[in-house]
Amino acid sequence: MQSKAIEMAVGLFVLAGILALGMLALRIGNLNTTEIQGGYTVYGRFVNVGGLNVKAPVTMAGVRIGRVTGIHVDPDDFNAVVAMRIEKEFDNIPRDTAASILTAGLLGAQYVGLEPGGSDEFLHDGDEFDLTQSAVVLEQLIGQLIFSQSEGGGQ
Amino acid sequence: MTGVQALGAWCIAAVAGLGRAGLFLYATLTSASLALRRFGLVVQQVYAVGVLTLLIIVVAGLFVGMVLGLQGYYTLVDFGAESQLGLVVALTLTRELGPVLSALLFAGRAGSALTAEIGLMKATEQLAAMEMMAVDPVARVVAPRFIAGIIALPLLAAMFTVIGVFGGHFVGVVQLGVDAGVYWSSMQEGVDVYDDILNGVIKSVVFGFAVTWIAVFEGYDATPTAEGVSRATTRTVVTASLAVLGLDYLLTALMFGEV
Repeated sequence: MQSKAIEMAVGLFVLAGILALGMLALRIGNLNTTEIQGGYTVYGRFVNVGGLNVKAPVTMAGVRIGRVTGIHVDPDDFNAVVAMRIEKEFDNIPRDTAASILTAGLLGAQYVGLEPGGSDEFLHDGDEFDLTQSAVVLEQLIGQLIFSQSEGGGQ
Repeated sequence: MTGVQALGAWCIAAVAGLGRAGLFLYATLTSASLALRRFGLVVQQVYAVGVLTLLIIVVAGLFVGMVLGLQGYYTLVDFGAESQLGLVVALTLTRELGPVLSALLFAGRAGSALTAEIGLMKATEQLAAMEMMAVDPVARVVAPRFIAGIIALPLLAAMFTVIGVFGGHFVGVVQLGVDAGVYWSSMQEGVDVYDDILNGVIKSVVFGFAVTWIAVFEGYDATPTAEGVSRATTRTVVTASLAVLGLDYLLTALMFGEV
């Protein structure tokens, strides 16, 4: 009788532990959102990616449709090439869609925003965006502002 | 001269102790399969080290989560970033506080009990009696406790983390008015299953191994007197706590160093 009670308590304990692990994986972590099953990869060429990171979201109209899977520098023209994995249900993105690197809020994390074009042709696996807009680097912006201000003051 | 002699004697004793601990670990691991075959013994020990430690883990996890919620909120609100509270609480708990604090509590609650129990068995010559009856005390007494410790601590650490997240939720969302959806979504956005949660679980498995090893060894190696057992119990808590903190730095540097 005594050992039955102990077995019961241990069973509940292990069950609670496994539930906690499952909760960690599913509710607190994001088991199902970082990996994109299927889908296809497109590339964007940027002069400057700013603080963009791998795993940053790729959004269209503010909704996440993919993730950044890789960032590297093209050794020929020194532009940054960003690989983006798009989920497979969004296979009708127009060929002339523009990709820009945006910031969530003033100091938030950076992400890639897609502006759909009007072309009848769609992007396929391995294609590259023709229209890209680089990240706005806040320090450069402030520098330009100060520069133009001081020029204005000199007149 | 006597100072130098004492230092030398201390060093020799420390190295010899380390050697005994290594040999003891080897004996425990080789008899672990025997203990696994008599799983009832392991279940009993999971009850002793796991279920009985649950209360302190739950209470500590709740309050640590609440404190994290409070401190995190007052720090983040200055930057207008209180929407990231869930992420701060969850990352702190999964990466560090969950595994480390539950290992420290485990060393204090379960480790000391293991040492005292085995030490007292040795002092009352129960272990010697077993050997007389051709029962290997390492396989019968030590190995089930060792396996139970390795099973129990990761589960306790996971519960600590989950309860801590709910403690943070209680303070942050219910009391201080962070939006509940934002609390959970910022957490899910930023916590990675492999980088954060799996590494936290690996940490707690390593801590479980280290703390239980130290606890059963100190008990088995204790001087078989009342004073010797009490000293061994103290040593377990001190050594295991220091080992957890040292290992934690090592594991953190290995796991998160090259992100």
